[in-house]
Amino acid sequence: MSAPAARLRVMRVGPHVSVQDGGRRGLMRFGVPASGPMDRKSFAIAHAALGNPLDGAAIEVSVGGLALRCEQGAVSVALAGGGFRVRMNEQETGSWSVLSLQAGDTLEIDAGPWGSWCYLAFAGDVQAGQWLGSSATLATADFGSGLLKTDRLITVNRPRLLASESGAPLQRTLDCPVWARPARSVCCVLGPQERFFDEQALALLASEAYELTHSYDRMGVRLRGPALMPQGALSIPSEPIVRGSVQVSGDGTPTVLLSDHQTTGGYPKICTLLSDDVDRLAQCRPRDRFRFELLSPAQAVERTRERAQQRQAYWSYLGVVR
Amino acid sequence: MQSPALPTPGAPVFRAVADCAVLAEFGSRIEGPVHEAVLRLDEALKRKPFDGLLETVPAYVNLLVVFDPLQCDHASVEQHLRGLLRGAAPAQRARAQREVLVCYEDELAPDLDAVAERTGLSREAVIDAHLRGHYQVFMYGFAPGYAYLGSVPEAIRLERKPAPVRGLRAGSVLIAGPQCLVTTMVMPTGWWVIGASPTQILSPEAQRPFLFDVGDAVVFRRISRAAYDAALP
Repeated sequence: MSAPAARLRVMRVGPHVSVQDGGRRGLMRFGVPASGPMDRKSFAIAHAALGNPLDGAAIEVSVGGLALRCEQGAVSVALAGGGFRVRMNEQETGSWSVLSLQAGDTLEIDAGPWGSWCYLAFAGDVQAGQWLGSSATLATADFGSGLLKTDRLITVNRPRLLASESGAPLQRTLDCPVWARPARSVCCVLGPQERFFDEQALALLASEAYELTHSYDRMGVRLRGPALMPQGALSIPSEPIVRGSVQVSGDGTPTVLLSDHQTTGGYPKICTLLSDDVDRLAQCRPRDRFRFELLSPAQAVERTRERAQQRQAYWSYLGVVR
Repeated sequence: MQSPALPTPGAPVFRAVADCAVLAEFGSRIEGPVHEAVLRLDEALKRKPFDGLLETVPAYVNLLVVFDPLQCDHASVEQHLRGLLRGAAPAQRARAQREVLVCYEDELAPDLDAVAERTGLSREAVIDAHLRGHYQVFMYGFAPGYAYLGSVPEAIRLERKPAPVRGLRAGSVLIAGPQCLVTTMVMPTGWWVIGASPTQILSPEAQRPFLFDVGDAVVFRRISRAAYDAALP
């Protein structure tokens, strides 16, 4: 028989903290973005550290922070993503770690030295509402399992308490791999509407630094930097958008579209980030600067495959076969 | 800046999108044959997918084909798409005709007078024109279930409002330029609100959550306020 459900109370929560899962895939043709985690890799690591399926429900914590108290039962949890300040029972722990919570324990996650998103996964099944087959929260509509509010009870069914070799409840620090840190340069491929930009704009894109602004939420982040003026593109028919599209408004301001992006739009897209680089851009904060590294489509695919190879070592470190 | 050949329904242009998608483009303006070509390729891919195909997104002039870069690349996907286009034109999918109920009365149609005034028509003439339109679902966008329907008859085409209005009810029937849309949630809009519909375009719990497929024909049927109130879910 499985252990009774673990229940955790939300004591304090900032804005933009939500339940996410692997995403609501395959519905862009109906106007529905995948949503899911802003940093997909860190989300997967939090699950993997507990031996969970990698696409289950977990909590995405913003820099607004989250405090929970375990009211009932016992469950191991894992934290990954960003350099957050994590305290269990008021004792500082590593920001990437596996912890085991029992009734009465408190867990606080707050903005630390770097990063915008931290993932809290549970060893067990988080009870979560579904919308169109997924628990991922589409923040603009609050669809899915939803944004967390103070006093909400989080129920984890079939909770597991992981044990260390000595048999004590597991407490383990996880290494934060270099590839999960914020990007200082992001890989992208020109287009698909680079034809609306002249040589000068394309040269700026390739050479200048851009800065994230505070216009940053789950839909996208507006950038500050040299204007990338589009030429006569104000009336192009709406076209499909992907997570990572860099669309440019009429005044030359670029915006990178993120997990809750609109699925179509009429602004020209000057370039598109590799999925992997979207994760790393998402971990930047407003005022952080980065550059665009332009790759050919073939180089982009090659880079993605190389990175997948490089990650094998980390997955085996976690003790997971991928 | 290179000047690529202009795409046509017979000779599309394939544009790479990051490491994971190809945008097949059949034209640069919203035209019937261009959209038909988009739908044909979408249909052909559904029948003959390639390994690593994740999803497709049809729009006015192009089809986005999303793939897994660990399984294929832009060149192999483009080759597959070219093969499909060379193949015999697939039999047209029988496109469904969907009916949408609409009430043009009272506070459900807050902009009907303004549209009448700007077009020089009576309220009834605006309603008639809207009902007479031949509509087809061109694409979804903006928000879940927001289907862009075209084309609104010339007589009632208006530029959108200068500033969006907030807090519009779900089910609002909107027009702007040649487009018409039935909202599925409370959202701001700069389009003209000429009525409201109790027809559910998006039913999250249903086996088939979206009423329309892209390409479907849509007809509007007028109902009274009493029928509207009775039909609300």
